[in-house]
Amino acid sequence: MLSRVAESLYWMSRYLERAEHTARVLGVQLTMMLEQDPASSDRRWQRVLGTLGHPGSDPEESDPFALAQKHALRQITGGIASARENARQVREQISSEMWEQLNRLFHEVRRMESAGLWKTQPLDFVAVIVESSHLVQGITDSTMNHGEGWQFIQVGRYIERAAAIARLLDVYFNEFPAGQPIDSGDHMEWIGLLRSCTAFEAYCKVYTADLRPERVAEFLLLNSEFPHSVRFAADHVQRSLECINEAAASRRSPRVAKIAGRLSAGLMFTPLDEVVAGLAEFFADIQVQCARIHAAIYEVYITYSIEAAIEA
Amino acid sequence: MATPGIDEPRIASGPFSSYVLDSAFDEMFDADRKPRPHYRALYELLLGVPVDEMRRKKQAADVSFLHQGITFTVYGRDEGTERIFPHDLLPRIITSAEWETIERGLTQRVTALNLFLRDIYNEGRCLADGVVPREMVYSCRHFRRQMRGVTAPKNIYVAVMGTDLIRLPDGRFVVLEDNLRVPSGVSYMLTSRQVMKRTFPELFRYTDIRPIDHYPEVLLTTLRALAPEGRGEANIVLLTPGVYNSAYFEHTYLARQMGIELVEGRDLVVHDNVVYMRTTGGLRRVDVIYRRVDDDFIDPLAFRSDSILGVAGLFNAYRAGNVTLANALGTGVADDKALYAYVPKLIKYFLGEDPILDNVETFLLTEPAERQHVLDHLEKYVVKAVGESGGYGMLIGPHSTAEQRDEFRDRIRADPRNYIAQPTLMLSRAPCFFDGKVEPRHVDLRPYILCGDKVTIVPGGLTRVALRSGSLVVNSSQGGGSKDTWVLQ
Repeated sequence: MLSRVAESLYWMSRYLERAEHTARVLGVQLTMMLEQDPASSDRRWQRVLGTLGHPGSDPEESDPFALAQKHALRQITGGIASARENARQVREQISSEMWEQLNRLFHEVRRMESAGLWKTQPLDFVAVIVESSHLVQGITDSTMNHGEGWQFIQVGRYIERAAAIARLLDVYFNEFPAGQPIDSGDHMEWIGLLRSCTAFEAYCKVYTADLRPERVAEFLLLNSEFPHSVRFAADHVQRSLECINEAAASRRSPRVAKIAGRLSAGLMFTPLDEVVAGLAEFFADIQVQCARIHAAIYEVYITYSIEAAIEA
Repeated sequence: MATPGIDEPRIASGPFSSYVLDSAFDEMFDADRKPRPHYRALYELLLGVPVDEMRRKKQAADVSFLHQGITFTVYGRDEGTERIFPHDLLPRIITSAEWETIERGLTQRVTALNLFLRDIYNEGRCLADGVVPREMVYSCRHFRRQMRGVTAPKNIYVAVMGTDLIRLPDGRFVVLEDNLRVPSGVSYMLTSRQVMKRTFPELFRYTDIRPIDHYPEVLLTTLRALAPEGRGEANIVLLTPGVYNSAYFEHTYLARQMGIELVEGRDLVVHDNVVYMRTTGGLRRVDVIYRRVDDDFIDPLAFRSDSILGVAGLFNAYRAGNVTLANALGTGVADDKALYAYVPKLIKYFLGEDPILDNVETFLLTEPAERQHVLDHLEKYVVKAVGESGGYGMLIGPHSTAEQRDEFRDRIRADPRNYIAQPTLMLSRAPCFFDGKVEPRHVDLRPYILCGDKVTIVPGGLTRVALRSGSLVVNSSQGGGSKDTWVLQ
């Protein structure tokens, strides 16, 4: 497979995942805003900015709510436009059903944005994004050959997801340190965190509705069966990279698989008490490792130097 | 007085009530207003099929084009608008005898043009012998001095040629222009046949039509024949400028049909004069590039340095003989519209034969007498810029305003080498279906000539139609459409 094609498929998938995640985080916060103390509003939107990778301040916008909305909207519309543009570049490599759905989503978002619907009916807006993203993923899985290209799509989606969840956890545990009992005011915040990962119902099935920060961390980090846990995502990244390595003929290299395997193994074999003892380092380490996997994929499959490839 | 019956069909009946003949050659009807024998089956079918059924078929065909994404891009309007290629439901039919002449004529022409290209980039015999003036060749915008001394594999410079033919009122096919750089449109020829088979199967039962579906296979064989020697199983790729190119649909279509990789400039790298493509499995050597990128943009080191579509170093790899480009670089010199006027002489010079297909009468505006004559009678002539294609940069005298003619007079005086003039030609007309009625429209014909170990022309080509009533411009960018083209057994 051409390196350019692999790169486009990878980014198509990453951008779509990013838009979906942002839409979900935004939707959860907007819902919670309805029944929360307005005094703490600034603090919460500041936190949203943190989870979406924004530095938190902007010379042009001092209101955190307005800034978070603006940033989220840009990430959603920009993400969908970039996903579509990447798909367009490799249109003949993906199924027409995928292209049509992604294209439809793009035009729908543009329509809702220009009609101002994201302001007047923001919850409908985020629901469309999340649903359509699910639809694209479902269509991808059921209409596209599960070959090398599909594996790059998997890698893009799950690497984005692992990093985003780690960042989300990082911000929350920074504000509400583990080991302290949850007071009634913060209870909603923890539900918000779980909902931001579609994890509330799944969590309750395992631990009941008894919310404890350590359990939330354990569930979102280490659960091997829940699709929005870091471990689940890391396992999928590793598995797909193994398949890609298998297909990659002369570029076969243990390097990428090893780096991906380390993240996966860390999540599998680190004892819970150790994780809890150094949560902040653990979250930071996950994000660093995701960036390393990304860099290794580029180095081995996409932007490798000609000299290195000739020698091989 | 005889009653019109089945033996004596009258034009005025049924859907043909508004079909009027004029001085142009009519593909379907003879001068006595009777359907020509090879059109008889279609004619009778059209009389028998209810109008609603025809409308339904037309709709089905349009939807089919839409769903397959058979589109082209029109430049110059809000950053490239993607449009469906307009398609007419009624086939254009060519008899086997007519085709036989066309085939021989085009084979002769491509053979002579390849000899000409080899000659001007090497010994230059035809220049020394005065067949073509040197300045005519060297002043051509598409002459590539970098190609001096470069010999193409098997001396094939033009592997794919698309020549535009028109039919004059006397019924003869003549050559209007050659396209020797990156001729496009063949995907419309192929898809329009597929759509016709789906929407009009009953037509195919009446007639014996020669198939065209093997075009991609023949193209692949042609490209393989031109691979550098000793490379075993050649790796052939199609080089596209990318998704924003007007013919991108065609590039993806042909690559898929041939089963070869569709690459962009950034997918290719050159190392030690060898071309590779970047894959996730490492660098893979490339042997033949069917390039759909213009000369100017193909290698920023050798040609336009601002090109981001090309591959740095490709030209050196080509000159070293490590990769084949099809078509070769610099072929555009032979489809320059002024040089076109010399092609009959070139056929005679290189092959010692008389041209089988004639040229259209062409005035070279570098000749003072011819120029004055054209300037004085501009309203009678079609003026074309020599290096342009696609219907851009031309003046159609009879349909022009005085202002436009003044503008062209100034342009011609300023740069006579850049223009030629031809008499306004009556293109032949073929029946087209418009909302329940059959009406005649002007058409041309572009067969695709493939030249590898041998010359192959799949029977037929792209018939382009000027869909506006009375219009003579068939280019897709200017409101033209296409028709399926049938060559009978």
